[in-house]
Amino acid sequence: MTTMTLPEVARPRPASSLPWLRHSLSLAGRSIKKMMRHPEQFFDVTLQPVLFLVIFVYVLGGAIAGSTQDYLQFVLPGIMIQTVLFSTIAIGVNLNTDIKEGVFDRFRSLPIPRSAPLVGATMAECLRYGLTIAVSLVAGVVMGFRTSTSPVHIAAALLLVLFFAWCMCWVAIWLGMIMREAGSVQGIGFLALFPLTFGSSMFASTDTMPGWLQSWVKINPVTHLTDAVRGLLTGGPAAQDALIALGTSGLILAVFAPLAVRAYRTQA
Amino acid sequence: MVDMTNYAIHAEGLTKHYGATKALDGIDLSVPEGSVLGVLGPNGAGKTTAVRILATLLRPDSGRATVAGHDVVQDPDAVRRSIGLTGQYASVDEQLTGRENLQLFARLLDFTRPDARARATELLGQFGLDEAGDRRAKTYSGGMRRRLDLAASLVGRPSVIFLDEPTTGLDPSKRDDVWNMVRLLTSEGTTVLLTTQYLEEADALADAITVIDHGLVIAHGTAAELKQIVGGRSLQVRPQDVRDTADIRAILSRVTGRPVGEPTRGLLTAPVEDEQQFTNVVVDLASRGIPVTEISLSLPSLDEVFFTLTGQGASAAPTATATDTHQELVR
Repeated sequence: MTTMTLPEVARPRPASSLPWLRHSLSLAGRSIKKMMRHPEQFFDVTLQPVLFLVIFVYVLGGAIAGSTQDYLQFVLPGIMIQTVLFSTIAIGVNLNTDIKEGVFDRFRSLPIPRSAPLVGATMAECLRYGLTIAVSLVAGVVMGFRTSTSPVHIAAALLLVLFFAWCMCWVAIWLGMIMREAGSVQGIGFLALFPLTFGSSMFASTDTMPGWLQSWVKINPVTHLTDAVRGLLTGGPAAQDALIALGTSGLILAVFAPLAVRAYRTQA
Repeated sequence: MVDMTNYAIHAEGLTKHYGATKALDGIDLSVPEGSVLGVLGPNGAGKTTAVRILATLLRPDSGRATVAGHDVVQDPDAVRRSIGLTGQYASVDEQLTGRENLQLFARLLDFTRPDARARATELLGQFGLDEAGDRRAKTYSGGMRRRLDLAASLVGRPSVIFLDEPTTGLDPSKRDDVWNMVRLLTSEGTTVLLTTQYLEEADALADAITVIDHGLVIAHGTAAELKQIVGGRSLQVRPQDVRDTADIRAILSRVTGRPVGEPTRGLLTAPVEDEQQFTNVVVDLASRGIPVTEISLSLPSLDEVFFTLTGQGASAAPTATATDTHQELVR
């Protein structure tokens, strides 16, 4: 039944001069194909921001800000950042189970950079993050959120959130590589994200908080990110917070991406 | 000593420890170009660890190894360009189709998009997967998955292939498919290192066999050489009537000059030194009119060799014919 001959075919030749990027993109393609075959992976990232917006604005908004409309203007950047940060945990959970499968052995036996399978996976994740960011903004606008800046500012705000999320997902990957169980990745990820998101200027202005909490909120990078995005979407100072947010993102990336890649390499 | 460049795979003193567990305790392997080495051993002997080191998935704690002339530790990328690996479990993405898998691996091996497509189609055809090519790999049967896996390891036309227990869990007809593919590969000049728990498989495919146990090489040689370890041939007789068993035993011991043990599952076995003894037994049985349902002369199976070497079977085996034998370490 199975016939096998090995006819001569031209030897493979390099398709471009950037192998690292090309290999990562090929692997991102793999992740995107898998994502598209499990559309339920998009449910949480699309429904969550809508759900959170409705709860925070209509349930709590009146009590917190006196008017739901005023609170929507204040809280939208926060909801956007919160949902996208929580969705970064998924990559750690997925890779924790994924790398136990044989296909990662094959990746390791191929002449590609060790980091390519991880970088490829993060590239595909950016698609989900972008979707969350877009859904948050659109849902907000439908509910009455109004931007008061230029399209360039808005684009900068959205890209800043995306970059921050991409850097943060390396923390999740690292957790995914060092934890035995996917469940623990989820548990620890959530535990770490609660003080980072709720302990920030996302949901209430910092000066309403007790002093001890303010001292944490003020150094929390998520506060700077939130304030920067707020400024970039609805006006007000943003440059300094944006720079701090960019700097901390870069720092998180510089620390956790190498840690994650190293943990992945020793997983064999 | 033979020039090292003649070996597609050459390993010296590889060790790998996991905590207190010695997975490899210093093994040497060499595979001449274009030949098949069977690495035979029970579960936990260190076979998979050895393959993972040679395929650059693991770094050895000590020892040296070259594959296709490249050092596995110093130059892993060059090794990776020369090898194909088929693991114990299918190393393909089950969410992707067979074609997508092959195209992905081709792209990762720097094929251009059109070349990758052409190579995937070519391999799907060679491995009888044309029709299944556009179905997700998770819908494949065990045999199809194994074929896809083998195809995936051939995408880059490697000169050295590692097959880690390629037929574990396959039914016999599917096993034959894999065997035929391995034979075709070797006829093309590919060097193959095959691990297996099946002695029959090593016997059928390998030019040379290295037996490992507890992370050590306990024997190396051709199948025929290994078979000599347990001595000569044996004569097997199955009485038609169990009441004749004692008489047949007496004939066997008289002809062979050795005591003959109890029958196992109705079969009497006696070691014989030459074919004349076989003839003498047949003549004796015929002259006394004792009917038998089976009488045969056989070489010892590799199973017997293996049990002898790992100390779990017969104990009288001389080991002088096996090279690299570390009898003192056999427990």
